[in-house]
Amino acid sequence: MTEHHHDHDHDHSELSDTELRVRALETILTEKGYIDPAALDAMIQAYETKIGPHNGALVVAKAWTDPAFKEALLADGSAAVGTLGHVSRTGDHLVVVENTPERHNMVVCTLCSCYPWEMLGLPPVWYKAAPYRSRAVKDPRGVLADFGFTIPKDTEIRVWDSTAETRFLVLPMRPAGTEGWSESQLAEIVTRDSMIGTGLVLTPGARS
Amino acid sequence: MNGVHDMGGMDGFGKVEPEPNEPMFHAEWESRVLAMVRAMGAAGAFNIDASRFYRETLPPEVYLSSSYYKKWFLGLEDMLVERGFLAADEVKAGHASVPPKPLKRGSFTVDSVERVLTRGSFTRPASAPAAFAIGDRVRMKNIHPTTHTRLPRYVRGHVGVIERIHGAHVYPDTAAHDQGENPQWLYTVVLDGAELWGSDGDPTLKVSVEAFEPYLDPA
Repeated sequence: MTEHHHDHDHDHSELSDTELRVRALETILTEKGYIDPAALDAMIQAYETKIGPHNGALVVAKAWTDPAFKEALLADGSAAVGTLGHVSRTGDHLVVVENTPERHNMVVCTLCSCYPWEMLGLPPVWYKAAPYRSRAVKDPRGVLADFGFTIPKDTEIRVWDSTAETRFLVLPMRPAGTEGWSESQLAEIVTRDSMIGTGLVLTPGARS
Repeated sequence: MNGVHDMGGMDGFGKVEPEPNEPMFHAEWESRVLAMVRAMGAAGAFNIDASRFYRETLPPEVYLSSSYYKKWFLGLEDMLVERGFLAADEVKAGHASVPPKPLKRGSFTVDSVERVLTRGSFTRPASAPAAFAIGDRVRMKNIHPTTHTRLPRYVRGHVGVIERIHGAHVYPDTAAHDQGENPQWLYTVVLDGAELWGSDGDPTLKVSVEAFEPYLDPA
């Protein structure tokens, strides 16, 4: 590409330029018969409505309430998730890793942006950006501090670099004070970041 | 390739800045780019490894200064032109002017959407038994291919332990360059923080990478 990238994408003029170029590309691909714009609309709508961290939260809540499911989930994430009707698009390569008082797990993709879309939706900008991708494997506690989150000094930190098609989901610890909660109540407190390993689940008190 | 995309362990990029209530897309064009990349991939114009390689080979200053979907867009345009699905003149004019090149799996239509939403499998039959077992010590090879690889720089030359075996998977290093799926055993290899970053590093840190067998030597 020979264009000049003199400024950041948020610059208004470049955004307009990009917008025009994207539209032109879609026009050409459509004219050539490669794509149907209505198919793109349908795909985008599915991403906007069907995929998202609510899928992962249901899996976590189920694992918190059903010990046999949890065991199966940690042994083979894809197979266990496949047994749940409502989240069935997860593919063959899901690995679920459990946080314990002794070990905190955190997921990154240093080379690009690999992320368990089917469990968590499309990744947030920070996950795909240089600060997280560069530091997560070297200074994870510093990264967690950027999220306002600390873990005990002697807790092992395990960082999973997603360098292949395996995808990682963190199973956070179930917070105290949630005894007797239903799966759907529990799913509400499971945050996206808690399943990446960069945040906590909501505390029960903060829920109501 | 040793590109700027291979960011693990680099300093100077600043703080991680989560955006509260971040929207799925920050502009409508981002969603169109995502959908076009997925559609043209599903139609057979390229595989996921090739699309990664085209983003990695954007000029470093472009890679670092472009937003995520801008990189996707630039990589897509380059890839479609280089592979003959688009002519450079068409991109300039904003309209089609030469006949289309047939797509391996045909046009991407509404009927194709469901296929994109279900994640594909990258497992393939292995051509030989796995060379390593869980618990084996391995050294990540010190190699510097100028082509696509998923062996990050920060682990090369370092020693780790095989923790999981995922079966044989499509090998990105060849698949990205239309040299076949060439299935290879895939392992989770875990390395100590001190092995990677020296004795000043976080003593509680362990890092794992997903490593294909050709990246590994016995240690």
